[in-house]
Amino acid sequence: MGAIIVILALIMLIKLFMIQMVDTRYKISAQNNSQRHVTEYPARGLIYDRQGALMVYNQAAYDLMLIPREMKAFDTLELADVVGISVDEMKGGIQKAKRYSRYKPSVLVKQLNTETYAILQEKLYKYPGFFVQTRTLRKYPSPIAANVLGYVGEVDEKWLENNAYYQQGDYAGISGLEKVYEEMLRGKKGVSIYLVNVHNTIQGSFMNGQYDTAAIAGRNLTTTLDLELQAYGERLMQNKIGSIVAIEPETGEILALVSSPIYDPNLLVGRVRGQNYRSLQADLNKPLYNRALMAQYPPGSTFKLITGLVGLQEGVLNPGITYACSGPNSLPIKCSHFHDTPIGLIHSIEESCNPYFWKVFQSVMDNQAYPKIQDSFTSWRNHVMSFGLNQKFQTDLFSESRGNIPDIDYFNRYYGEKGWRALTVRSLSIGQGEILLTPLQLANQAATIANRGYFRPPHLVKQIDGLDSLEFQKEIHRTTIHPEHFEPIIEGMRLVYAGDHGTARWYRNDSIPMAGKTGTAENPHGDDHSIFIAFAPIDNPRIAISVIVENSGFGSTWAVPIATLMMEKYLKGAISRNWVETRMLEGNLMPKPDPVEVAE
Amino acid sequence: MRRRVNYIQEMDWLTVLLYLLMVGFGLVNIYSSAYNSELPSLFETSQRYGKQILWIGAALVFAIVIFLIDSRFYSFIAYPFYLLMMVVLVFIIFFGIEVNAAKSWIEIGSFRIQPAEFGKLAVGLALAKYLSSISLNAYTPATFVRIGAIVFIPMLLVLMQNDTGSALVYFSFIMVLYREGLSANFLWIGLASVFLFVMSFMVPIFFLALGIIVAAYLYMLITPKLIKTKWVVGLVVIGAFFLAYYGQSFLDLNFTAYFWLVSLSIGGALVLLGYGWWYRVKRFVQGSLVLIFSLLFVSSVDFVFNEVLEAHQQNRILVLLGKKSDPQGVEWNVIQSKIAIGSGGLAGKGFLNGTQTKFDFVPEQSTDFIFCTVGEEWGYIGTSAVIVLFVIFLLRLIYLAERQRSNFNRIYGWGITSVFFFHFAVNISMTIGLAPVIGIPLPFFSYGGSSLWAFTIMLFIFLRLDSTRKEFLQ
Ligand SMILES: [Zn+2]
Repeated sequence: MGAIIVILALIMLIKLFMIQMVDTRYKISAQNNSQRHVTEYPARGLIYDRQGALMVYNQAAYDLMLIPREMKAFDTLELADVVGISVDEMKGGIQKAKRYSRYKPSVLVKQLNTETYAILQEKLYKYPGFFVQTRTLRKYPSPIAANVLGYVGEVDEKWLENNAYYQQGDYAGISGLEKVYEEMLRGKKGVSIYLVNVHNTIQGSFMNGQYDTAAIAGRNLTTTLDLELQAYGERLMQNKIGSIVAIEPETGEILALVSSPIYDPNLLVGRVRGQNYRSLQADLNKPLYNRALMAQYPPGSTFKLITGLVGLQEGVLNPGITYACSGPNSLPIKCSHFHDTPIGLIHSIEESCNPYFWKVFQSVMDNQAYPKIQDSFTSWRNHVMSFGLNQKFQTDLFSESRGNIPDIDYFNRYYGEKGWRALTVRSLSIGQGEILLTPLQLANQAATIANRGYFRPPHLVKQIDGLDSLEFQKEIHRTTIHPEHFEPIIEGMRLVYAGDHGTARWYRNDSIPMAGKTGTAENPHGDDHSIFIAFAPIDNPRIAISVIVENSGFGSTWAVPIATLMMEKYLKGAISRNWVETRMLEGNLMPKPDPVEVAE
Repeated sequence: MRRRVNYIQEMDWLTVLLYLLMVGFGLVNIYSSAYNSELPSLFETSQRYGKQILWIGAALVFAIVIFLIDSRFYSFIAYPFYLLMMVVLVFIIFFGIEVNAAKSWIEIGSFRIQPAEFGKLAVGLALAKYLSSISLNAYTPATFVRIGAIVFIPMLLVLMQNDTGSALVYFSFIMVLYREGLSANFLWIGLASVFLFVMSFMVPIFFLALGIIVAAYLYMLITPKLIKTKWVVGLVVIGAFFLAYYGQSFLDLNFTAYFWLVSLSIGGALVLLGYGWWYRVKRFVQGSLVLIFSLLFVSSVDFVFNEVLEAHQQNRILVLLGKKSDPQGVEWNVIQSKIAIGSGGLAGKGFLNGTQTKFDFVPEQSTDFIFCTVGEEWGYIGTSAVIVLFVIFLLRLIYLAERQRSNFNRIYGWGITSVFFFHFAVNISMTIGLAPVIGIPLPFFSYGGSSLWAFTIMLFIFLRLDSTRKEFLQ
């Protein structure tokens, strides 16, 4: 054992002798030279709309960097002048950089413009330890889809701790597509290693560039969005709070995703980002909140379609069954208006009859095939959830809400196991009570009906350069409802536009067969929210849509015309009835600001 | 009968002196590698040097406490302490904190402790206790299983924390077994497995298996006796192989050539094993057993590597074995480490004047790569001094271990010497490019409370045991 120790020690001593005394390759620092690692930032991937129109591109920006250890005494005033900051700011920045690390580079001044950079470049030799790092900033040719695209910002401490790839001063996607596809978009940083002498001049590359790596550019994304439709949707929603979601039913591709009020994505770029972000965050109408994915509403009458489908599937309903309705005097749920009675399934959709769907729901819950209400309720809930409700789609959407479909545990806890029956939970039949859906789920419901019973999970990216199709693009989700049951429901939806009493009849478009359903989400805090879901054309659907306009009252006044205009715009490329468009564009439904007390 | 001895007088002060020299020089280098000109005070507890001073202070307190406790205590707590450590190691797998991808830390308040470091102490004590309780020449299979369990259970637990470096340290206890008269076969089997393991990445699996088969059959067939039988057996096996290999296309079977090669060779070896067993031909038994186990071993290595491990794990192994170049990763650290050491020359650049060790290219400058700072700032004089210091220290420990009269003391002494040697050998070798980068600290030099405390406690328990060696009459 002693011998082994001595022999190993001798081997080490010989090897060290070679490294330290003989081999000159390791002497690079003999003249106090040092290595400089220069990071090469790749261009971030561009983002296109579904037709190939550019939505996001890059512009160059220059950061002044500092390595404190290499800094020598210099003319602070001159440098501060060149980069346009005060001497105090300069000194503060240097102190901060020293505290971060004496050896690692810190950002001293962010995002200098090209002219400043040109002047600085000439004088840089006077300032050892300082150098310029080129970076890219995002730029948006048309100021739309801010919430979908998300924004890019400087990484924070926490991010640095958890992601070894990033360094102080690096940028990363913080929200939206920029965040979800960060790893694709960012590419891969490269590094060049140079030998630098005491005068801050590069002497050559280290070991002939053997350890350098080239930067790899980020991948370009093609989104599923239709730039024109998205822009049109944002215009229609101006001065209104709410959202529009349009989906291509066959593929699940999201054509437009509008959350209003909107903001200009260019506000969250560059030096002004922090300030603008704070003012957007302070805005009471919450422009940063993506309502289309995150807001949850009781779906109201649009849910009657699902109630009907479950009744058909469970065999307790057929299109020929009629029920009597006493209008506003009906019990236990009132009807909102008078109409012919008794009424059948198709016309009850056309006229949105509450008592009819209460009866359907009651027959589902009291179905003799199930021993207890708990069993029939669970079966109902499974049918409902097969429409993608009470769950996230988990494709490439940044922060979706789940929505809510209550389960039996909830009612058992609330009423006791024997304490509830169909009557207790009757408001579920017409989409009220505990049911909550997001605008995205509503649009997906329209797409599912358009597809006669299946949906592809809604997503935002069509294609990533250099990659095959994405996993979620292949997924297909079938509902528990048989395709044939969708026909009478769709016929009812057709009459919503085409029928003499249909709730959307004022906006019927004779050249495009459309199907839809209005709804009203009860709002305890003010006017109700108007909801509309629809798809078109009926036989070969190319667009399914949901529109929610907050505080606008009954569904047909605002949500119906906006959805109809959107579908016409997408299918025809132009609008035939300009008066509707004008009325929508001019409508202002923003909440009136509360009177503010002014301090004297 | 025990005699009273003045154990302060009997303490081996030379070792204590060596210990203090190493810890002191270590602190100097940690100060330099973590130096922050804004906070130059040595006692700045926000900086690594300030913290290391705290660790050293506590370590000295531990050393004194160890000396105040009766020496029999350490043998007495060997098993309970071992059990406690195993519980802690299991606990960590589930609730540990992850640092640098290894989930091997626990946090108490603002302190972070790495229990794997203390696991070595637990194994040293438990192994000494167990080996000293059995007769040395009567190893039975049961004894082997127990010894294996004592050493490999903690090793597996540390491995499950993804701390490969610390896990490998447990192999060093094999040296203790060797000293205690374990048959050399054990070592040979270990070496052969490592050889086959490495070879299965260097050589295509088909040719590796072919090589093993040819070697084993040559060994079995080139014997002076049994000329006829051998030829018959040999021809049957070879014939069967060709028949089967070419027959598979005829029978439309879809097994690979490798499958046929291995399964038929194993079949043939089983026949030879039976024949050798029956007619007492030792060569047949040995050869066929080696053949069967080697083939199963390389096949399972191949299977686990290709089917079980994920891409990043495969990568790490390939880089470690030098099969794959990784200029930005492991290889980069070694070249930077060599530049730092090389730039020191004969006398070094002087205290605080190093430039290479100040960048963040080596992942752990003040921990695993502290020897770089020694090389850069103190030159060849500094590095040789450290190596000489370690050699004296290790030889002294062996000397101390051999002068023990109690088996427990001697075996414990050998155990900790092996651990110190392993750390010294692997850490310095990886820093100067003699061994792959396995992240383990250099005893007494590297920054870190857990390792310093564990090494100090291991050493001083031994010195405490040594100070009372005369209490045992011969
Ligand atoms: Zn009615």
